[in-house]
Amino acid sequence: MKVRKRTLALGLYFVFLLLPLYWLVNMSLKPNEEILGELTLLPQNVTFENYVTIFTNADWYTGYLNSITYVSLNTIISLAVALPAAYAFSRYSFVGDKHFFFWLLTNRMAPPAVFLLPFFQLYSTFGLIDTHIAVALAHCLFNVPLAVWILEGFMRGVPREIDETAYIDGYSFPLFFATVFLPLIRAGIGVTAFFCFMFSWVELLLARTLTTVEAKPIAATMTRTVSAAGIDWGLLAAAGVLTIVPGALVIWFVRNYMAKGFALGRV
Amino acid sequence: MEKWPDNKAWFLVLPVVVLVCFSAIIPLMTVVNYSVQDILQPGMGFFVGTEWFERILHDERLHGALQRQVLFSLTVLLIEMPLGIAIALALPTRGWGVSACLVLLALPLLIPWNVVGTIWQIFARGDIGLGGAAVKALGLNYNYTASATDAWITVVIMEVWHWTPLVALLAYAGLRAIPDAFYQAARIDGASAWAVFRYIQLPKMRGVLTIALLLRFMDSFMIYTEPFVLTGGGPGNATTFLSQFLTRLAVGQFDLGPAAAFSIVYFLIILVFSWVFYQALEGMGKGASK
Repeated sequence: MKVRKRTLALGLYFVFLLLPLYWLVNMSLKPNEEILGELTLLPQNVTFENYVTIFTNADWYTGYLNSITYVSLNTIISLAVALPAAYAFSRYSFVGDKHFFFWLLTNRMAPPAVFLLPFFQLYSTFGLIDTHIAVALAHCLFNVPLAVWILEGFMRGVPREIDETAYIDGYSFPLFFATVFLPLIRAGIGVTAFFCFMFSWVELLLARTLTTVEAKPIAATMTRTVSAAGIDWGLLAAAGVLTIVPGALVIWFVRNYMAKGFALGRV
Repeated sequence: MEKWPDNKAWFLVLPVVVLVCFSAIIPLMTVVNYSVQDILQPGMGFFVGTEWFERILHDERLHGALQRQVLFSLTVLLIEMPLGIAIALALPTRGWGVSACLVLLALPLLIPWNVVGTIWQIFARGDIGLGGAAVKALGLNYNYTASATDAWITVVIMEVWHWTPLVALLAYAGLRAIPDAFYQAARIDGASAWAVFRYIQLPKMRGVLTIALLLRFMDSFMIYTEPFVLTGGGPGNATTFLSQFLTRLAVGQFDLGPAAAFSIVYFLIILVFSWVFYQALEGMGKGASK
């Protein structure tokens, strides 16, 4: 009886979780007349027009391409710099290591709103405004500390004897790192990549500030559904649904490691 | 684990240092620079000392935003932490349901923040949204664009919807790491479900819950995009939190000096709070678990 109650409560929570999403999908399949007319739990006249608009209009789909481009760039940069650093933190003690490690985390605490203006000026100076790389670098602010933290957690789980044996066998550091160590922490790298992807994908404040036309993220494109004639709700809902799809796909791949990643590798 | 002492390890950290210089230190120094100068035009500023700090710390609007922010963060923490733990305890432990539940749980976390705002903007509307219409059907006069209370409640519910899964996932990971032997021992002792929770599960989850609390505190304290889309900080100033206040100051009114001074204060507040939380939880753990 007790177990039943528990499952029931969990079921209720999932209803709460899914209802807003269901409503979004529902609306994306309706024409605007129906949305503004009566509330209908299922679309009466199913239409894919909203999706067709997004996939055929370059203004729309380039938004998705832009987002994916800078998110991928950011993930690659974050991983490339975080891997050696995390190895250093997990294996060596050196002057100032603890302080630097903690200081890295404080970057994760910095409100993006604080960095809005200085970023804009800094990237203007380098002529980087409205490029994908600018957004990718800006997102390193919170993704690099996160990547170092998660990777360090995973690397600590690898026994140090493996390193020692490899060095005795005559491996040089780069060779050992690339051919022995990296394959051992595959799961950790996957999870880290997932988190970099996730936080870069959901962030908008910085991404929108640093771009105007060429590298504009999809989330910013969505504001254009507001026009003089009111809001195009159906189109807005369809665009929203499409921003959820990439996330849902990557969740599926890391589902078994996700929780460990959220705990920064420290379960 | 003993670590090898070797200062050459700094070379491995160097790429991070360079990148962080570019993405954090230089921008932060710019902010510090602005906060003590009055800039009339680019390249022409003069030193004003702590004037901006004094002005911003006496700003009534800031006090309002800070109060709302603290109240908001406390409210969502008080709801999200127990709810997240409860969900983690109720989640299935084996079978196909585990993967399905985890994927569903993580879904809100992967939605761009402004889309979260949009989803709730639609869902909570009285005319075209299911949630808003349902509340209205119950006979309540609900309208989040006009009533400050309704707007506040909607933002809190949205935040709970958005981030409780994070707490639940972390707590779940902590629970899974408890060896079965602990539960067997508890069963032999005839421990009640509450005792198992209080003396086994809760202490074992302390590490992940610390992380959850810190992350949730930091992120709820920096909240910007979701209320911006949902309510635009209104009605009036009812849902204007610190980040909104700051963005308005910096980009809207272009008050660089006060905005920079406030940025530094803002950052320090988060650092201090996080530090206090961290120390308190660490101290608690040392007292309880040994």
